[in-house]
Amino acid sequence: MTTLTKEAAAESLANGRAPKTKTRGQLVNKPGWLGYGFLGLVMVAAIYPIYWAFMIGSGDQTTITKRQVLALPGPNFLDNALSVISNPTVNFWVAITNSLIVSTIVSVSVVFFSTLAGYAFSKLRFKGKGGLFYFVIATLAVPTQLAVVPLFIVMVNLKLTGTLAAVILPALVSAFGVYWMTQYLEQALPYELIEAARIDGASMFRTFWSVALPSARPAAAMLALFIFIQTWTNFFWPFIVLDKDSQTLPVALSVLSNNYFDDYSLILAGAVVSILPLLLLFIVAGRQLVKGIMEGAVKG
Amino acid sequence: MTTQTVADERAVRLVAFRHTISRWDVKVSPYLYISPFFILFAITGLFPLLYTGYVSMHEWSLIGGEGDFVGFDNFAFVLGQEKFWVSLRNTFSIFLFSSLPQVLIALVIAAVLDTNIRAKTFWRMGVLLPYIVTPVAIAIIFSVMFGDKYGIINTVLTNIGLPAVGWHSEVIPSHIAIATMVNFRWTGYQALIFLAAMQAIPRDYYEAAMIDGASRARRFFSITIPQLRPTIIFVVVTSTIGGLQIFDEPRLYDQYGTGGSDGQWRTLTMYIYNLGWGELNFGRASAVAWLLFIIIIIFGAINLAITQRISSAGSKVKK
Repeated sequence: MTTLTKEAAAESLANGRAPKTKTRGQLVNKPGWLGYGFLGLVMVAAIYPIYWAFMIGSGDQTTITKRQVLALPGPNFLDNALSVISNPTVNFWVAITNSLIVSTIVSVSVVFFSTLAGYAFSKLRFKGKGGLFYFVIATLAVPTQLAVVPLFIVMVNLKLTGTLAAVILPALVSAFGVYWMTQYLEQALPYELIEAARIDGASMFRTFWSVALPSARPAAAMLALFIFIQTWTNFFWPFIVLDKDSQTLPVALSVLSNNYFDDYSLILAGAVVSILPLLLLFIVAGRQLVKGIMEGAVKG
Repeated sequence: MTTQTVADERAVRLVAFRHTISRWDVKVSPYLYISPFFILFAITGLFPLLYTGYVSMHEWSLIGGEGDFVGFDNFAFVLGQEKFWVSLRNTFSIFLFSSLPQVLIALVIAAVLDTNIRAKTFWRMGVLLPYIVTPVAIAIIFSVMFGDKYGIINTVLTNIGLPAVGWHSEVIPSHIAIATMVNFRWTGYQALIFLAAMQAIPRDYYEAAMIDGASRARRFFSITIPQLRPTIIFVVVTSTIGGLQIFDEPRLYDQYGTGGSDGQWRTLTMYIYNLGWGELNFGRASAVAWLLFIIIIIFGAINLAITQRISSAGSKVKK
């Protein structure tokens, strides 16, 4: 490749132009109407199902039978949403509160433990470090979800079934989180800072707390965002281990679809309502999310 | 004098003590910091996984608990069930319909996003929007859209003169519908991963190729794809691990959650759930879990090999 570049430079010299580093804008073609058209289609595909659900969810029982592809929303969305939210079998408010509690605790815990481990793996010297880090990465490939049967037996023995603890406990740490924070601190935290703190007589933990933790903040925020969304949307394990009073939002939503299967306007109104909390988060922090996915990809 | 020496001695001892503490601090701290991960993973990940093997060798019911040791009887039983093989077929079929189109479309989206478009952030956020929707909500919405009778998909099909499809009653159409839900949520996400990898490719490569007169398509296949090799492998392998465990979408594709009247879209993870919490037979559920575990490891390895082949074939063209 280097030879090619040299040739290219030589050629442009021969043409009488000075070889210059081109910016992305000059080099990459601008997209034509085809590019924008394609992206527009992708956007329609991303938004249409949600809009369609809103369209049906804002009508009444007969709206679905009209078989409209695209129409203005009806007048009943708030009524439908309220009758779903206030329904005692669905227990929506409890579910939203539970989801909020679980997702918040899990995010904070994952971020803290991941930063702690990431700091050790990236900046501290200890025996067996390489092997242990490989182990962490290897666990990423283990489909732990398949171990639900014994996990359920453990939770029964601890008398934790039907409590939020049953969902929180297995999620307190994350191999992905440890990997993520290790990668970040590796390049973001200079050794000089750590040494300076140590020379000033700070203990190891004090050094972590006042030097490593603050400089980990940008990556920690992104990690928290990911874990929050992941926990919020999780269904399989909560569905197995939680009950009516401890259910999270996706579990409540599945109950809803079993209870009202003949009135699609109510079911879909419920589905739309369930999207709103994360949609709000997306509007506030979507930019960060995009950045996080892209930065994670380059490192991964 | 004496008091002075005592004080000195004390000071020396204190310093020495602090020194020892500090040395211990340096030695032990790293292990302390990584231990939460390892301890919790051992309890909630590794132990249950191994214990699955133990349960699978026993008669074990949800209510009665541990029964007799039965060796491989549970495995023999589930492998003799037609339900197991149908579930296996469904799992693979749904996976194929989701992974391949997803990677291809994501690559194209990424390639377009990699051009010098206006309002970059807007488009990037737009393609990512479906990611924040809970799979349960996606499953509910799409199960109505793919409704055999009033579904919007069939409405559109009949409007343009095509026959309506039995999205729930037929095997392959139900797999396509479920795969569509997966693709809806993940394609934009994967596209952003590919986009990031594309932007990391040195621009000199393209410059050189352009000077050599390579067309846009040629540049894409001879530079972009080979350079994306590690990323494509990463995406394919992770989507294999996740995709073969699919549960949410097929479970909520109708209101009964059993995978259709003939189990035409029942997946292996649904089968595990039905055995464990439907038939209350933990032994058999664990046997299926172990089998699926082995299948995922083998299939992940095969996918790794295939994607490596394909991408390196691409880089050979380049030379």
